[in-house]
Amino acid sequence: MLKLTNISKRWEEFTLKDITLSVGKGDYFILLGPSGAGKSVLLEVIAGLIAPDGGDITLNDANITQLRIQERDIGLVFQDLALFPHLNVHHNIGYPLYRKGYKSREVNRRVVELAQELGISHLLKRFPPTLSGGEQQRVALARTLALNPVLLLLDEPLSSLDVERKAEIRRLLRDLNRKGQTIVHVTHDYEEAIALGNRIAIINNGAIEQMGSPQEVFGKPTSSFVAGFGGVRNFFKVSLSKSANSKFKKARVSENLSFYLQSDDDGNGYAMIPENEIVITHDNPNTETPNTFPGTVIDIYPHRFGCEVVADIGEKIFAIMASTQLQAIHASIGSKVWVSFNENSVIFIDSN
Amino acid sequence: MKKSAINLSFAFLGGLVLLFIVAPLLGMVFSTPLSTLFSTAQETEVQQSIWLTIWISMASTLAFAILSIPLSYLLARYSFPLKNMVLGIIDLPIVIPHSAAGIALLGFISRDTVIGKAAGSFGFNLVGSPFAIALAMAFVSIPFLINAAREGFASVPVRLEKAALNLGASPARVFFTISLPLAWRSIVTGLVMMFARGMSEFGAVVIVAYHPMVAPVLIFDRFNAFGLKYARPVALLFILVALWCS
Repeated sequence: MLKLTNISKRWEEFTLKDITLSVGKGDYFILLGPSGAGKSVLLEVIAGLIAPDGGDITLNDANITQLRIQERDIGLVFQDLALFPHLNVHHNIGYPLYRKGYKSREVNRRVVELAQELGISHLLKRFPPTLSGGEQQRVALARTLALNPVLLLLDEPLSSLDVERKAEIRRLLRDLNRKGQTIVHVTHDYEEAIALGNRIAIINNGAIEQMGSPQEVFGKPTSSFVAGFGGVRNFFKVSLSKSANSKFKKARVSENLSFYLQSDDDGNGYAMIPENEIVITHDNPNTETPNTFPGTVIDIYPHRFGCEVVADIGEKIFAIMASTQLQAIHASIGSKVWVSFNENSVIFIDSN
Repeated sequence: MKKSAINLSFAFLGGLVLLFIVAPLLGMVFSTPLSTLFSTAQETEVQQSIWLTIWISMASTLAFAILSIPLSYLLARYSFPLKNMVLGIIDLPIVIPHSAAGIALLGFISRDTVIGKAAGSFGFNLVGSPFAIALAMAFVSIPFLINAAREGFASVPVRLEKAALNLGASPARVFFTISLPLAWRSIVTGLVMMFARGMSEFGAVVIVAYHPMVAPVLIFDRFNAFGLKYARPVALLFILVALWCS
């Protein structure tokens, strides 16, 4: 369907570097990355709004790198929606249809059809500035769908919506995808990516960090950046070596921190420790686990499940605790504490 | 207290400026009897002169709008070498004396120039023609249209044009359905300014065409020949017409 090969582009403050990816027919492909990572620029390169400095874009086996914007059959819903303020909803949705040589009656029929599909039939006579964010989003989608695009590009389509509207639009996008619409969706929201995408590419600093199914990307992140996006805070690059206790391997993070984990693998890889598996106590818990370290609390943040405690045990480690637990151990910033976690709770990802 | 004191002094100074603009006009209104104004309005020469002024200014505004609006769009959307020089050239008519502009135009259209000779070969003398008046009016007033339209186009988000292209529209359709309608308010302001400025032009017009007499030249002619008392009713009538037209 869509193939990008070594796309590069120098753009203002940053550069897109050798972006290579492919999107299959019917995919819901998510480009996930922080603000300024280059997601929107990449989307505009695909749409033809920005010409790449190098590389090729093919769509259904045809090279479209040099094709003009209006000839690509790729629909783009802009982050700011770019609805035409001087045209009412009817004319906004009908705008792409006139090019296709539709007669007035056909345009009307198609506009009404799309408006019904997106639940905006009652808005056809209204002008965009008088609509709510969710309504504008639906109009922008309807207008792009009127183009009948081979590929639908969405630039942060949910970012300006409240929770209720987000859920509505998510449902709508999922339905569209189920009907066969191939979608490339740019977002910085991990939850949105998980909720919608069947394939995900993580983009950072103008380069793709990792690509695959959500399970592959977030189950086996290959960098702390990707892990961070997946909500994993305790993510370390480690080298494994045999330990005196043959049951466990010793994972060396740095000269300041080594811990034990259960794995049949050897060599280098990544270790993830779920935040809720970390136990922080005031006194040494004297448990059997060798993964017990003295440390200092360096930060405490409110968290939806209580508090997130950041402790320094040679490296920063993050733990989730209930507020009552935190009060019980009298922990505050600067407190000396003990940090422990079970060897079995450490997940090792082989990088070889 | 300090703030209101300074606001009061600003208001006083501003009031002086407003008075400076309004007082001479009001003076003219109060010193012109209504009966004189009516009788002046019935004079054929005055009527013809005002009509001539209006239609020539309107025609020159519309003709030059066709040339100027695309240029304004280019200036608003693109950067190119010598763009600042082009912008400076557009503002030239504002800074040069209008009589000098008239002299320059005369040198451009008189009988011994290429254009003048070409027109002469068709039996048409440009100097002293409505065409020359239109050129003089446009010359001094065109910056108002170009600058207003340029600002209008610049205020249209490029994103909307890109969205229209993405929706399959050709660049021409994008211009006519998105850029032009969204910049229209500024363009209309520019058109009105150009029309009004052209209509009131005297310096350049009097050099290229004393006859046929447009209203500002007629006012000057009456003042020169008969004095203030005779020029004033024509001037007042023309001001009223100009205000109504704008």
